[in-house]
Amino acid sequence: MNDDQAKMLKCIQELEFCAVDLNLFLDTHPGDHAALKKYNQVAEELMTLHKTYEQKYGPLCNFGMGTSEYPWRWVQGPWPWEIDYPAKG
Amino acid sequence: MWIYEKKLEYPVRVCHADPQMAKFLITQYGGPDGEMSAAIRYLSQRYTMPTGAAKGALTDIGTEELAHLEIIATMVYKLLKGVPPEEMRRQGLGAHWSQHDRAVYPSDASGVPWSAAYIGVTGDPIADLNEDLAAEQKARATYEHLIALTDDMCLKDGLRFLREREVIHYQRFGETLMRVRDYLGAKKQY
Repeated sequence: MNDDQAKMLKCIQELEFCAVDLNLFLDTHPGDHAALKKYNQVAEELMTLHKTYEQKYGPLCNFGMGTSEYPWRWVQGPWPWEIDYPAKG
Repeated sequence: MWIYEKKLEYPVRVCHADPQMAKFLITQYGGPDGEMSAAIRYLSQRYTMPTGAAKGALTDIGTEELAHLEIIATMVYKLLKGVPPEEMRRQGLGAHWSQHDRAVYPSDASGVPWSAAYIGVTGDPIADLNEDLAAEQKARATYEHLIALTDDMCLKDGLRFLREREVIHYQRFGETLMRVRDYLGAKKQY
């Protein structure tokens, strides 16, 4: 995995983590305007980044949630447990 | 329906292979207070929750636990990567090697396979949510034990992330329990 891909993947992980955490918060605070606004903002950003990443490096999601170039790129590694993630910082 | 996303929720790094730590850590894969128990517990309890908010919280926390299951599996996979059988035996993983090679198998730290007997699903939302609160605290305590057992700073970082998520889940389950209690109480008053 090259530096650019690793960086982009890290951005997706950060954004999606925000989305997961806001999602759980909203489950118990469905009337919180500020949290919902933030969630929608993060979701928009995440969708755009997801699409850009998938066009460059192949699908992050399967079962019709993304498209693939020829040949079927879903089966190309590295799989998440095989990645040597760059040092934190 | 679940969709797999080909990425970890949090990047997993280990500074070096450590089979003994893998043996301790496997309990968060297939032990009583591990991520598999958590996911199956919440995803089984959600069907009989009385409110949309409670169904949502259990679905979403249960799904996040599946992501944590993958994080633990990745840690174990990396801690065992390239370790030869004689080293596995020296480090107390001879039994693991004989049955599983370097594979990730859902058991506790003593090798006892995962069991549905670890989880409670009563159909009573108050009882189930109280079990979930206890489960999050037991998982938090286990992560603290695991953090104390390793000096691998890369591994500690990932374990700290997982520990923090248990604290957040506990908070969300507490709020869910209060709301469900209000809902059930209000229903009984008419």
